[in-house]
Amino acid sequence: MGKARAAAARAKAPRAPAGARGGRARPNPNPFEVKVNRQKFQVLGRKTRHDVGLPGVSRARAIQKRTQTLLKEYKERDKSNVFLDKRFGEYNSNISAEEKMTRRFALEQQRQHEKRNIYNLNEDEELTHYGQSLADIEKHNDIVDSDSDTEERGALSAELTAAHFGGGGLLHKKTSNQPGQEGERPRSRKELIEELILKSKQEKRERQAQREDALELTERLDRDWREIHSLLAPKAPRAQHRDRKEQPQPDAYDRMVRELGFEMKAQPCNRMKTEQELAKEEQERLRRLEVDRVRRMLGKEEGDRKKPTHVSADDLNDGFVLDKDDRRLLSYEDGKMKVQEEQSGEASAGGNAEEEGEDESEDESEEDAEGSGGSDSHLDLDCDAESEDESVGPERVRRRAPRERPETGCQEAREAAGAELPYTFAAPESSEELKSLLSGKSAEEQLLVVERIQKCHHPSLAVGNKAKLEKLFGFLLEYVGDLATDDPPDLEVIDKLVVQLYNLCQMFPESASESVRFVLRDAMHEMEERIEAKGRASFPGLDVLVYLRIAGLLFPASDFWHPVVTPALVCLSQLLTKCPVLSLQDAVKGLFVCCVSLDYVSLSQRFIPELINFLLGILYIATPNKQSQGHTLVHPFRPRGKNSELLLVSNDEDAATWQRRSLSLHWASASKAQTETEANHTRLSCLAVCLALAQRCVLMYGTLPAFQDIMRPFRTLLTQHLAASNHPQELQELCRSTLTAIETQERRYHPLVSEKSKPVPLKLFTPRLVRVLEFGRKQGSSKEEQERKRLVHKHRREFKGAVREIRKDNQFLARMQLSEIRERDAERKRKVKQLFNSLAEQEGEWKALKRKKFKK
Amino acid sequence: MERAPGRRALGRLLEAVLRSRAEANAVFDILAALQAEEPEEVQGAVRVCSRLFGALLERGELFVGQLPPEETVMAGSQGATRKYKVWMRHRYQSCCNRLVELLAHPSLQVKELALSTLMKFVKLEGTYPLEKPKWEGNYLFPRKLFKSVVGGLLSPEEDCSLLLSQFREHLEHDDIRYHAMQAASDTMARVANGHPEVPLTFWSNAFTLLSAVSLPHQESGISNFYVKHAELSDKWKVTHLKEHRKAFQLMWLGFLKNKLPLSLCKKVLVIMHDSILPHLAQPSLTIDFLTRAYDMGGAISLLALNGLFILIHKHNLEYPDFYRKLYSLLDPSIFHVKYRARFFHLADLFLSSSHLPAYLVAAFAKRLSRLSLTAPPEALLMVLPFICNLLRRHPACRVLVHRPRGPELDADPYDPGEEDPAKSRALESSLWELQALQRHYHPEVSKAAGVINQALTVPEVSLAPLLELTAFEIFERDLKKKGPEAVPLEFIPPQGLLGRQDDLCAQHFTLS
Repeated sequence: MGKARAAAARAKAPRAPAGARGGRARPNPNPFEVKVNRQKFQVLGRKTRHDVGLPGVSRARAIQKRTQTLLKEYKERDKSNVFLDKRFGEYNSNISAEEKMTRRFALEQQRQHEKRNIYNLNEDEELTHYGQSLADIEKHNDIVDSDSDTEERGALSAELTAAHFGGGGLLHKKTSNQPGQEGERPRSRKELIEELILKSKQEKRERQAQREDALELTERLDRDWREIHSLLAPKAPRAQHRDRKEQPQPDAYDRMVRELGFEMKAQPCNRMKTEQELAKEEQERLRRLEVDRVRRMLGKEEGDRKKPTHVSADDLNDGFVLDKDDRRLLSYEDGKMKVQEEQSGEASAGGNAEEEGEDESEDESEEDAEGSGGSDSHLDLDCDAESEDESVGPERVRRRAPRERPETGCQEAREAAGAELPYTFAAPESSEELKSLLSGKSAEEQLLVVERIQKCHHPSLAVGNKAKLEKLFGFLLEYVGDLATDDPPDLEVIDKLVVQLYNLCQMFPESASESVRFVLRDAMHEMEERIEAKGRASFPGLDVLVYLRIAGLLFPASDFWHPVVTPALVCLSQLLTKCPVLSLQDAVKGLFVCCVSLDYVSLSQRFIPELINFLLGILYIATPNKQSQGHTLVHPFRPRGKNSELLLVSNDEDAATWQRRSLSLHWASASKAQTETEANHTRLSCLAVCLALAQRCVLMYGTLPAFQDIMRPFRTLLTQHLAASNHPQELQELCRSTLTAIETQERRYHPLVSEKSKPVPLKLFTPRLVRVLEFGRKQGSSKEEQERKRLVHKHRREFKGAVREIRKDNQFLARMQLSEIRERDAERKRKVKQLFNSLAEQEGEWKALKRKKFKK
Repeated sequence: MERAPGRRALGRLLEAVLRSRAEANAVFDILAALQAEEPEEVQGAVRVCSRLFGALLERGELFVGQLPPEETVMAGSQGATRKYKVWMRHRYQSCCNRLVELLAHPSLQVKELALSTLMKFVKLEGTYPLEKPKWEGNYLFPRKLFKSVVGGLLSPEEDCSLLLSQFREHLEHDDIRYHAMQAASDTMARVANGHPEVPLTFWSNAFTLLSAVSLPHQESGISNFYVKHAELSDKWKVTHLKEHRKAFQLMWLGFLKNKLPLSLCKKVLVIMHDSILPHLAQPSLTIDFLTRAYDMGGAISLLALNGLFILIHKHNLEYPDFYRKLYSLLDPSIFHVKYRARFFHLADLFLSSSHLPAYLVAAFAKRLSRLSLTAPPEALLMVLPFICNLLRRHPACRVLVHRPRGPELDADPYDPGEEDPAKSRALESSLWELQALQRHYHPEVSKAAGVINQALTVPEVSLAPLLELTAFEIFERDLKKKGPEAVPLEFIPPQGLLGRQDDLCAQHFTLS
């Protein structure tokens, strides 16, 4: 404990001069102690901190501090025992004196209470006031002034006051003053107090009851007033305001007058557009979109397009743009006046998208022409299924069939009605719901159901519809996946549903892209897991292929970067690199993937190395194995092994009977066994597709500078194919044409030249000008650098200060030691002198004695 | 005598044998139980044996010294105590032999129990040695018993990896490790000499054991002994790390000089650089194995590169035609093998010297860019910066991307078939492949290839984060990336799944 204190004192010592600076704050320093640091130059904006100092005062303070801490320590350096002040908070300045006292008191109580008194139940602590026991005071009979007795103030009853102040004396006096009750036993003090309490409680209860009564009364009054009020109502002006509904209807005349006043005047409007003009507009729109697409394909930023085109001289620069003409135009349609609805504005948002989707289907546009806006017909649909006559086209077509023969009997009609689809559907909340809606229906019916769901929940009709349709997209996508994984896959339905997906996607691009990405991520995750588990992947089911194809249809595949298309392309490339071809189905799937990826890049003409590798592999497994030079196979294919002759057809008869056909996607998922001839035909078809794709690649990549190097392996393999020559004529023809296409491509090699970069400017010797933003701060560096500099500076200053303090401590100690030594020396000198003195005296005495003897 | 006495009966027998020497013949019953068919019975018998001989060893009731044949002692006229001890020692011997046989028992529990019992015997024998010390403070270890244990573990017939993994924890003790290394080298030499065709399982067992041995790096570490000694003497070989290293080297070289199967070669090469080479007394002795592996081609060559690098770098190995061989390693498969990251890391190290001739670097750059025409995107993202770094390091090679006023050529002068980088004429060529890759479908690859269009910046691009990149990571990154604007949509409405008439899908596929 003592050591710790000493250490703390030492730690405090260097801080001594910090306090010295505080001397300046003294109000009236001695003018002889003040030292003024004169400034040679005035620098604007610099804060001076050390202009005036008090060296004498601060030195004295430092010395004092050292004598208190260092010297003490020095003196106690060889002592092992230490004096401890255990008074609570004696040196703690944080606690106020009062609190200190209470805390000490509490401690004392605690200490007393600890052991001795734990079983002592009835002994209360004695309360004191200025050292006198309160009990004593209470017992003390002091005389109360008669004034205070008579004085009654406020709510405090005299009795109460008396009881509280002045204590039992009053009570004592009172009881003694009542001679009438002399006979009874005088009530004790305790009883009196109880009585008092009882009384006050009663008073309180009474007051409460009174307040409750008042409240109840007010409430009743309010209620009564309300009743009367309703009787008074029609007359009171405020009541009239409230019941405006019961106003008498304005009569027909008034209405007419108003209507006439507000009626629109016929105004000249644009003439209706002719067919050609409409077509032209459409063409213009497509052209604009195409330009936009090309821009995205090249990966250019949008920034250059967003530039404001033209600013008028009259522009107020207030950001006001007249983007559409708000004035309504009167127009005629089919001889009737057409009034534009308020709704058309809001419908136009969805309408735009809708138009695009509906262009090609005749009946759809017909419907548009019929109703004033898309939303109107939806309303009809929604409200009543019976008033269906003027509803959408395809439905009418469908309904016509049962109507043509109404006389065949109501029985049949009812059956037909039962078989007929309902016209409104609730939007499905889960994919199972959608599946149950669609399952067991024919392709057209399914299409119709989806279409109707879409129409019933057009976003302009209700608030929640947008979310419902967004979800519908995800469910549809899932449904499509289910259809594709079925055996056999229901591809016709998917084919039809793609259009619906496209329409939905046009309405909600964000959510659609999100769900497509989700599906792709799922597929990739599955593949990754399989690679981790088994070490190799296998071609996924048809659903993933269908998803990839759909992604290419819904989104522009030619963009330089696209949130959906780029991952989809990576996914395709993974399929081509990671999945080995183990069966004929795999080959068909792989070729489909090739087709899809080539379609992706058909516009942008981008290079897909994996595709070339895959086609090479397919060509390779269609040739008999032998040592081949000039090319090496890459990953999923192996030069030899079980599947290295998968597509080889050795049967000449089958080759002869083969006819070129398109590959069926059913084969990709087919589990049904094919006969040997069929399989051979499929093999040849695969080869044909592969060759066709290779030809396409040759055309597409002909312009690439390294074209010959890319295609070199093709050339060697194709020549091998030609040499094998047991292929049908058509295939040989295909081979030959591909080969010639490769060879005829121009092979010019221009040496590469990188773009000229700007020359680095010479170093100039003009001074660099930096704007000074704040004085006293180091300029020209980053924030971190500044912070670092600040810290370094601070550290250096502190270090110097500490060194200085240590030096001063040493000096102080040396001084002290010196003075000690001096003191000691002086003491010794004094003592020696004293000794000499006494000796001399002795000597003197002795000599005197001797002389005396001689004298005698 | 019944075939298999019950557990309790065995217990009683044990008690009896331990109580008085007169009942010693009951040991035969216990040993007979070891031959039982049922795994449970065998386990019980093993436990009883363990207790019995453990107690006997502790009491010193086994004969100490060179064991005389049983018959001679029985016939002889020595004291009854000596006869008893010799007889008991013979029983102990047969028990140990049986336990070693049990290491090949079909049941794993029996195997494990046998192993732990044997190890217990090893420990007890070490503490109460069964041979007489030749001089004061002689180091005694039951070598014979331990050797038979290791021999049992390295079985040529079946895969003992589970048992070896249990044995592995004993290898943490320094003396066990030392003797295990010696025993393993002996066993391997014996098996390799004995069989003309050594089975694969033996090698894989041996590899499992060998790879489990890990030497400490400091001398001071050797004090953890399985057999407790009162004090360790400096004279003992087992206390010196140098001796350990010698044994380690002997063991590995003995292993590597055999003709190993390819899969095992790969495994050895994978751990070669960080757990074998640093502990060998003379690492350069592995050069035979490494050159053999390096000449083998394929993934094994790639792996051998790492060991060779350490030998060249730290042990002054001269390797003629090293770069030529490295050059010949570059073929399209390097982008698809598992050890791609390691290979490119090393290749980067090898090509980092600025004293390499320009023709060599140019040949490497050209070869890599030629190969990149078949590479998947994740490899491209790594190899394109790699090539650019090469060009940055060697300004003489910049002609590959920047040759102003060069003549127009009919064909690429680079000869891909040439094996000698000096004759490949790479310096006369240009990296047209990179120009082609600027049209790659993946935007990041396209950007990476587009770097050569401008003059190359001075600082090199760090390859470390790109080496381990996988396609899946690229995919995830693309998915997470947020575009600045709304998602662009296709404006041409589709007509069906296969698209319009002129789409390739529609041309080559039908839905029916």
